[in-house]
Amino acid sequence: MARMKFLCDAERCIECNGCVTACKNANEVPWGVNRRRVVTINDGQPGEKSISVACMHCSDAPCMAVCPVDCFYRTTEGVVLHDKDLCIGCGYCFYACPFGAPQFPQAGAFGLRGKMDKCTFCAGGPEKDNSAEEFRKYGANRLAEGKLPACAEMCSTKALLGGDGDVVADIYRQRVLKRGKGSEVWGWGTAYGAPGQKPAAPQQPKS
Amino acid sequence: MTARILVAAAVSLAVLGLAGCTEKPQELAQKERRYQGKPDAKPWDSPQWGGEQAKWERAIEARTQNQNEYTRLQ
Repeated sequence: MARMKFLCDAERCIECNGCVTACKNANEVPWGVNRRRVVTINDGQPGEKSISVACMHCSDAPCMAVCPVDCFYRTTEGVVLHDKDLCIGCGYCFYACPFGAPQFPQAGAFGLRGKMDKCTFCAGGPEKDNSAEEFRKYGANRLAEGKLPACAEMCSTKALLGGDGDVVADIYRQRVLKRGKGSEVWGWGTAYGAPGQKPAAPQQPKS
Repeated sequence: MTARILVAAAVSLAVLGLAGCTEKPQELAQKERRYQGKPDAKPWDSPQWGGEQAKWERAIEARTQNQNEYTRLQ
């Protein structure tokens, strides 16, 4: 069974922000909300590294554990999604997330927070697939069309890989063997657990 | 005098011992977390895939493999 994962290769990322732009464009993300960001470490110094960060769709997602209204669910493909009709915008998920993925649009005066918005792995949300309602609330549902997230497919250097975890890991392994360095995968241990650790069971919405 | 002290000590011990019986369990009651929102359809539940999960997975795997430029260059 396919388990969707992201992998960012810090050796290849050139901080072009193509992934950020692709995400913004594909999902029509509102101003002030960044589902994906490029973070640069040691900017301007020798050995600087950039990584593209968004929701990693963790195997044992902390956001799911802390949500007081239980609006999160994990699909059979391992994508962590949430129901915006249920979200109260409390921000607990933001504090729990190790990647800073949850975003909150300004919903009124004095910085009033709206409902949480985050990367959906371009898998939409709990509305009819590819409906106008789904696009308005969650953005594009490329996965239902047999496509991968726009950010990964747009990446010019293929630093950002997305898709079936096994295939992504194979691609990366081959790449590391060819170049002989840069085997460290940022965020994978945090998101998907250490090797040998049992993955979390998928939680499916009641149908 | 000694008898009084002994009785007082026995009563104190009994009170202390019984106080333990009133202690309530301290464990945090962990209720089972369950998604409370609307159900979501599977990505392969569309006319494009005809409900065939395997067909959808093959398409996704091929698409994922497209990100490997080593296989594309060969």
